[in-house]
Amino acid sequence: MPRPETMLLHIPDGFLSVGVALACWVLMVLVQGLASRRALDVQLGGRAPLLGIMAAFIFAAQMINFPVAGGTSGHLLGGTLAAIVLGPWPAMLAMAAVIGTQAVLFQDGGILALGANILNMGVATVAIGFGVYRPFAGASRPIRLGAAAVGAWLSVVASAALTAIQLAVSGTVAFALVMPAMVGVHTLIGVGEALITVAALSFILSTRPDLIDATAGAGGRMWSAVGLGVALIAAALSPFASADPDGLERVAEDLGFEGLATSAPFAVLGDYLIPGIEDPALATILAGVLGMTVVLGLAIGASRLWRREPAPG
Amino acid sequence: MHVHALDRFEARDSALHRSDPRLKIVLTLAVALSNAALPDGSWLAMGCMQALLVLAALAGGLRPWYAVVRSAVALPFMLAATTVAFVTPGVPVAQIALGPWVLTPTVEGLERLASIVLRALLSVQVAILLTATTRVPDLLHALGHLGVPSALVSVVGLMVRYLTVLVDEAQRLMRGTQSRSAAGPDGTGGSVFWRARVAGSMVGQLFLRSYERSERVHQAMLARGMDGRHLTLYGHVVRRRDHALAIIAIVGLIAVHIIARAIPIR
Repeated sequence: MPRPETMLLHIPDGFLSVGVALACWVLMVLVQGLASRRALDVQLGGRAPLLGIMAAFIFAAQMINFPVAGGTSGHLLGGTLAAIVLGPWPAMLAMAAVIGTQAVLFQDGGILALGANILNMGVATVAIGFGVYRPFAGASRPIRLGAAAVGAWLSVVASAALTAIQLAVSGTVAFALVMPAMVGVHTLIGVGEALITVAALSFILSTRPDLIDATAGAGGRMWSAVGLGVALIAAALSPFASADPDGLERVAEDLGFEGLATSAPFAVLGDYLIPGIEDPALATILAGVLGMTVVLGLAIGASRLWRREPAPG
Repeated sequence: MHVHALDRFEARDSALHRSDPRLKIVLTLAVALSNAALPDGSWLAMGCMQALLVLAALAGGLRPWYAVVRSAVALPFMLAATTVAFVTPGVPVAQIALGPWVLTPTVEGLERLASIVLRALLSVQVAILLTATTRVPDLLHALGHLGVPSALVSVVGLMVRYLTVLVDEAQRLMRGTQSRSAAGPDGTGGSVFWRARVAGSMVGQLFLRSYERSERVHQAMLARGMDGRHLTLYGHVVRRRDHALAIIAIVGLIAVHIIARAIPIR
């Protein structure tokens, strides 16, 4: 089952330091424990079949893609769509089931890294997507779809930013290079997510609006606050959010990545000034973006070559 | 999608197949944790870990290199780690001119890169061995015993049960779209937005089909007295061989870490 693009978000084991992996596990267990208590009707009302099959739906929906250009394709991660059609807590359980199954049965993402993967792809996406959508749930159809689009896009970009942060804190990648690269690539991938989410919602709103209206009021304003809070944190950490070219260095310093971030320009670029750009910080960021675009291009190309054989039979 | 795409080996019989699934899950986590804690450049310890995994594959009645070969699924992600080869300060190995800049891999950087890749490959193999030697219902049952919320366990159980059904449904939708759509010379037609809308409508269609199926399944289950739990025919009893497996595994992991720390790296 080829899903090459999402592989960039499925962290394998070995890439996170023990501390980061365990911290993410603890956080993930707390959130999922809360989610399974909040989604109590799943147990009491015996609604598990509904949610189990909805989780299988998300897994299958991730396989549906559309060609964009140059062999790349748009596809769905599904956190925002799941949150809107299932409600946020059940969606977190369903996404955890999907990501856990991908890790254990398909080895797509590591077991020790499962905490981080579920947080990034199954908790942050749901919280942000629903948080952005929730204030507009009662609005007119175009506004609802617009909010869903923004939520879907933001959720994917934030998920990529979180992944880059976890990898950088683990010392596995160079923050100064991977952060802009992950956010940059997922700015585009997020557009695909937004387009599919909107089209799917629009289809469901035309045929079974009752299914979406049932979850629209879930959780009140709390979700708006949670979602926008997480999105703001992610945006503040993103070097793209800062108009100040030194923003990246400042963020790195604040978070204690100083060593990694400042060692980058000297080691990567013997002569790192790009002609015509005087500001060394800006030149570093640009060089980082260029360099990682090449590396990520290679990564996507290689993952296409390595994509798994179709299932036998 | 064929049902055996998921479980080609799990229904076999071997020493590893017969051991307690709870123990296997705990050991899988322990090995993943142990691998993550191996220091950079502890090549001998990593080799010993690999030897333990090959022994485990043999105990599971699999080809010795079964998990090694399949661990290649984790390789594409490793390209993201290539940056450490260039940014870790240390003794430069070479200078690679790439357009306007020069990449300088260092000894320390390459060592770190190789360590990350090897640790990742070792950890993927444990998950492969776990799924190849444990039936899914047993895995779920054991997760319940290990404290995973029962709501989540029954969601995962039903998800795995209907995974193949819905993947088939998605493939039918995609086949239908392909057979109705003419393609241009580049293999695509219409604008990107049009194609995105078609894909999104398929997702919406798949959602409605899944939702209506889930309602039918729910009613059928209620009619048969299902309460969401998954039962297994194979009772989970810790036997003497489980103690033996646990002791061997723990001694093995401790030995690997002693080797990693006692033997100088360079």
